[in-house]
Amino acid sequence: MTTAAAPVATAEEKRRIRWADLAPFIALGVIVFIGILINSNFASSANLINVITRSAFITIIAVGATFVISSGGLDLSVGSMMAFVTGIMIMTMNGLAPSYGSWAIVMGAGVALVVGGLCGLFNGLIITVGRIEPFIVTLGTMGIFRAFITFMSDGGSLPIDRSLREAYRPVYFGDFLGIPYPVLITLAVVLLGAFLLYRTKYGRRLTSVGSNAEVARFSGVNVSRVRTLAYVIQGLCVGVAAICYVPRLGAATPTTGQLWELQVITAVVIGGTLLRGGRGRIWGSVAGALILEVIANVMVLSDMVSEYLVAAVQGAIIIIAMLAHRFTSSR
Amino acid sequence: MNSLAHRAATKNARAPAAEVLRAEGLSKAYGAITVLSDVTLDIRAGEIHAIIGENGAGKSTLMKLLSGHVTPTAGDLLMEGQPLAFADSVEAENAGIVLVHQEILLADDLTVAENIFLGRELRRGFMVDDRAMNRRAAELLARIGSVARPRHRVGDLPLAQRQLVQIARALLDERKVVIFDEPTAVLANDEVAALLDIIRGLREHGVAVLYISHRLDEIQTLADRVTVLRDGRMIGTWPAAELNQRQMAELMVGRELDMLYPNKRAATSEEPLLSVTDLEVDQGAQKASFAVRPGEVLGLGGMIGSGRTELIEGLMGLRSSQAASVVVNGREISHRSVASMMEAGLVYLTEDRKGKGLLLDEKLAPNLTLQALEAVNPATILDRRAELAALRKAVADYDIRVRSLTLEAGKLSGGNQQKLLLAKLMMTDPSVVIIDEPTRGIDIGNKSQIYDFIDAMVRAGKACIVISSEMQELVGLADRVLVMRAGRIVAELSGGEINEGNVVYAATSGAHGSTGEDLHDHSGRTRRDS
Repeated sequence: MTTAAAPVATAEEKRRIRWADLAPFIALGVIVFIGILINSNFASSANLINVITRSAFITIIAVGATFVISSGGLDLSVGSMMAFVTGIMIMTMNGLAPSYGSWAIVMGAGVALVVGGLCGLFNGLIITVGRIEPFIVTLGTMGIFRAFITFMSDGGSLPIDRSLREAYRPVYFGDFLGIPYPVLITLAVVLLGAFLLYRTKYGRRLTSVGSNAEVARFSGVNVSRVRTLAYVIQGLCVGVAAICYVPRLGAATPTTGQLWELQVITAVVIGGTLLRGGRGRIWGSVAGALILEVIANVMVLSDMVSEYLVAAVQGAIIIIAMLAHRFTSSR
Repeated sequence: MNSLAHRAATKNARAPAAEVLRAEGLSKAYGAITVLSDVTLDIRAGEIHAIIGENGAGKSTLMKLLSGHVTPTAGDLLMEGQPLAFADSVEAENAGIVLVHQEILLADDLTVAENIFLGRELRRGFMVDDRAMNRRAAELLARIGSVARPRHRVGDLPLAQRQLVQIARALLDERKVVIFDEPTAVLANDEVAALLDIIRGLREHGVAVLYISHRLDEIQTLADRVTVLRDGRMIGTWPAAELNQRQMAELMVGRELDMLYPNKRAATSEEPLLSVTDLEVDQGAQKASFAVRPGEVLGLGGMIGSGRTELIEGLMGLRSSQAASVVVNGREISHRSVASMMEAGLVYLTEDRKGKGLLLDEKLAPNLTLQALEAVNPATILDRRAELAALRKAVADYDIRVRSLTLEAGKLSGGNQQKLLLAKLMMTDPSVVIIDEPTRGIDIGNKSQIYDFIDAMVRAGKACIVISSEMQELVGLADRVLVMRAGRIVAELSGGEINEGNVVYAATSGAHGSTGEDLHDHSGRTRRDS
């Protein structure tokens, strides 16, 4: 028998430190350190809070994407979906504002969540019931949602009603004990996501589906339902992100959320979630989103590299992260 | 096929065999763990040299050392007297040594010929010469008795044919040493016979064949010499004629064997725990009716491709199927799915341990509790303490040998994976357990334990259906045997009727049977007619 039948030892339950799991956090630390060296303003609390707040949208959507990707799926439509949900939400709020006043904001937020969830459900059902590759389905819906927002805004801007601006503004610009609301909302989404993924039966089933869908099917897991739910969770996260986003710019445009899907997938993957499914790292995705935002910030603060190259550096990061992963995992 | 006399004659007729490959004091260690120590072995031209040992005895490591897949920590390799060191398997192949892997390593979407020539494509100018490759592939396939055509897509072929394509790929170039790692694990009996003939053909051509298998009966009919490994050490090399199967098994385990199979039982009640009437599985089985009673092991035999696995997957709702009636534990099941069957008390252990049974990248506890997630964790929140307790209990109850409870399931040996899988099913507290190939590819010690587990559960009043391609296993274990051919149940054997001859006869000839023709044709398989 293997290793002469060493019976079950007990000391082994101690958790070993796995460097690969810590890599995104170490990378984040290194980039922050570099930022401090380059520009002393970087470490100011105002700047740091600003950076974290701005990363909120990508982080929130990345939490949902962690579910989708862990289940073995992919959602390219999140950026367009975000714009579409934003548009619907603004139209709802504007429509309800005359009769309900500030309550229209709450109702609009509710509509955003419902519409986001439905968009996700739509993606999920086509993928699972229609048995079409997630890449293809969400490529299609990406175009559809993008066209919808362009149509709704008539190619221009779809602003929120003036009467609502003041009441809605604090959702992005306000704070509680010095912590901006978007950061608190992000934290809530992340904690909820981590709880769902790591501590519930649903999370366990999702991981099993992503790890090997056949094994899950043979074990009585309803694979289609688990997968579809992952897209619904993604849609809900997009809804939350939209709620936080509108007070920042006050309008939806055809370019809202453009290319966010790439940032989101980058954040998730450099956070340590496997693109082929089976391993989700919620906190890693948070670190990934922060890395992207911090790099952009450091580049803006330093004069060495043009900020027009931010996307290039972010693109390079995902490649470097994957290379690092390859070299650390293949002993 | 070859008569014994003929074999003896050819054996004697061969010239004194020249040594082709020699291992001197070969050792391999990973860190502090030595997996193979001090193996000295000579392999001669024109011999079939079998390597046997339990799982974990070091057979795979030895094969990988000889074929350049891993490098030794100590010791030497000599090829025809010249010292050798391989940086990788390509260098070994260039030197004339090739390993035919146990797993099928082919590109499903390429054709047979493209797979055979993958990386070694024939060219005409700078273009790939498809015509020449298809022609050579056809010759090669004909030589090894494969019915696959060069232009077939590999993914459409049955497992056995893919195995032959893999062998054809290994034999494309002239080889001095061909290493087979359990080549018959996925084959049915007639296919095994054909493969063994191919291997004998290699011997006649003066090729040195190293042969690893758990099937001792094959080794006895095939091998010239047998080397036994145990716990990473070499026990010795014997002429095959000097050992019988029992002696081989005892050398492998290092002790005298108890009886491998438990005593037979009889059903304790006439009231069936599972009864199936007229089950039709699309492209798999027709009009299947059977029942299993508490306290009995029902064997399900037949050739691979006869529809055994399809029948059961259909029953479990894993394939599209219709049935007049399925009753589990007295409950009529209208909607069949793994979940609803499990709830009624029926579970199925797949033959595909790695592809459909276990999450190889996941740890042991999530694997163990995946099917019984609701039972172990009544609340929405996972109860990690309960999961760990369940794992400890399973490890103890099923004698799963693990270094650590936080290993990934893929790191366990085949036998321990199988025990974990069995434990996983038993977590659901079933009353009927269907086990497909309970001991495929696992060593004799684990085998005997799994037989004991099956015996114990049945004696505790459960019922068990065992599907097996291994005739001995079917005969040794089952109280009643159903034999399938071409998607139909063609015979039921009980008591003294259960013997290998009757099972094979029913599976291959018998009175029934011209019906399932189309079934076989769609998979490209030839079948024998009565």
